[in-house]
Amino acid sequence: MKAESLRLAYGQALVELGREDDRVVVLEADLGKSTMSILFQEAFPSRYFEMGIAEANMAGTAAGLSLVGKIPFIHSFAVFAAGRAYDQIRQSIAIARLNVKICGSSAGLSDFGDGSTHQSIEDMAIMRALPNMTVLVPVDAVETRKMVRAMVEWDGPVYIRINRNDLPVLTDPDSEFQIGKLQVMRDGSDVAVFANGVMVSKALAAAEELAEEGISVKVINASTVKPLADEEVLAHVEGCRGVVTAEEHSVIGGLGSAVACALRRQRNLPIEFVGVKDSFGKSALSYDELLVHYGLTADAVKDAVKAVLEG
Amino acid sequence: MVSDELIKRLEDKARQLRLSIVEMIGVGPVGHLGGSCSCADIVTALYYYRMNVDPKNPKKPDRDRFLLSKGHAALAQYAALADLGFFPKEELKRVKVLGGLLQGHPDMKTPGIEANTGSLGQGLSIANGMALGLRLDGLKSKVFVILGDGELAEGQVWEAAIASVNFKLDNLLAIVDHNGLQATGPIPERFDLTPIAPKWAGFGWHVIEIDGHNMREILAAIDEADTVKGKPTVIIARTIKGKGISFAENNPAFHNGAMTAEQYEQARRELGAVEEGC
Repeated sequence: MKAESLRLAYGQALVELGREDDRVVVLEADLGKSTMSILFQEAFPSRYFEMGIAEANMAGTAAGLSLVGKIPFIHSFAVFAAGRAYDQIRQSIAIARLNVKICGSSAGLSDFGDGSTHQSIEDMAIMRALPNMTVLVPVDAVETRKMVRAMVEWDGPVYIRINRNDLPVLTDPDSEFQIGKLQVMRDGSDVAVFANGVMVSKALAAAEELAEEGISVKVINASTVKPLADEEVLAHVEGCRGVVTAEEHSVIGGLGSAVACALRRQRNLPIEFVGVKDSFGKSALSYDELLVHYGLTADAVKDAVKAVLEG
Repeated sequence: MVSDELIKRLEDKARQLRLSIVEMIGVGPVGHLGGSCSCADIVTALYYYRMNVDPKNPKKPDRDRFLLSKGHAALAQYAALADLGFFPKEELKRVKVLGGLLQGHPDMKTPGIEANTGSLGQGLSIANGMALGLRLDGLKSKVFVILGDGELAEGQVWEAAIASVNFKLDNLLAIVDHNGLQATGPIPERFDLTPIAPKWAGFGWHVIEIDGHNMREILAAIDEADTVKGKPTVIIARTIKGKGISFAENNPAFHNGAMTAEQYEQARRELGAVEEGC
């Protein structure tokens, strides 16, 4: 399967949207070569603001830009975008539902070498807890492009979580992306697996192997973590005997929590969470090695599926 | 040259705003009397002398922007906005009432309020963003932001202060309401961040120091700032917390204090309240 860079797709999409809509402006905290916001600087230098390594001020400045009619996109690593600038996003942006777009790049464990200070395992939870906030996690480069467009069209703050590494292309350029809608990647009837980001490909691999064992697994790309209507989740679990969630994030507060919340009234529907078990990240020499270390693998999804079937 | 008559008129307007602040707080509940009164003269000068705002068209694109980074002084702004007709004066009787228009800190749901502020240290960043965007659109509008001196302890203020200079934001005027008291006492005793002016100057700002209760000095500083090109200006306004009310002046208890019935009547008398006839 062909792998493509999500952050490159993101940067290119930003340029495309910037060409279509001159309200789009970009702010960066000295990571433009990683987040790929640098592409926007090359295309539209007057609408690109290098803010220095000062994420809090970047977020507040974006609030001001949105208040005079701009559509600002701010950028940093996810851990800094959601962490360092949390209070400014809360106070200056989210309360007034300002039209600021927040790109948390090098998210999850994808900045494998840099270790715990640079890996974000709680950004989804933080952003999801904010009223008015929308939280998106693209599964591949194709979906990333559609999401950037949807972010411009969406009136209000949006957080997008971008992986640093190339990921397999799993979606079709012609299919529609809609904020709040989940996409079935593989149909199945025994267990529904809600996954996002890198974990969708792991879930698909697990489903493939489980099929050989006679277990039918449905895989859902939960690329919108918020807003996530109860009905949207419930529609995908009909007839299933169990549910698994899989995310490159802490099991606390992210996709697993969102899905479990939507299923709170389902009797006899066991749920299992695949994710980082309440611990910080650490350095490794490769991304895959780190995913294995934290149990973010197809095997972990398989085990979870079997666990819920055993109920 | 600013006429004596204008100065007198603005001074009287500031007195009215202070009286309005006292009446919004009333007897019993706490309210930010001190910090609202310390910036009342500056707020008056901005709304009644300098700014281009229109209560009939509060969102007109070419308006000037006013931000109260020290959002706890919202009462001073509410007094001006109601007086100018941005919303009915009746609302002033319902400050902080559940379901009311006027929140404890500035909120954009209130006509004339340009941003949600009051989590200290965040206003200058928002002002920078507005100034950048207005400049991008070729508008002549200016952004005015009042900061408290206590909130200068917030690191974000200095991130923003560097950025304002970096982007040469001469369409931005920051005013520090330097009343010398933070919530718990005198700044030099509690957390000393003085001297203030050299810090801004060191960051590359044009700095003007004034007596923040001398209307003539306030107007002159605002006018001077309009002539400065290529860099932002900050006015360091030395003020008195609780200015105009003898028992509240320089008294940390009235940072967010409650007045007794006697104090309330005294404050109104000192601010020249005209008793309604029977």
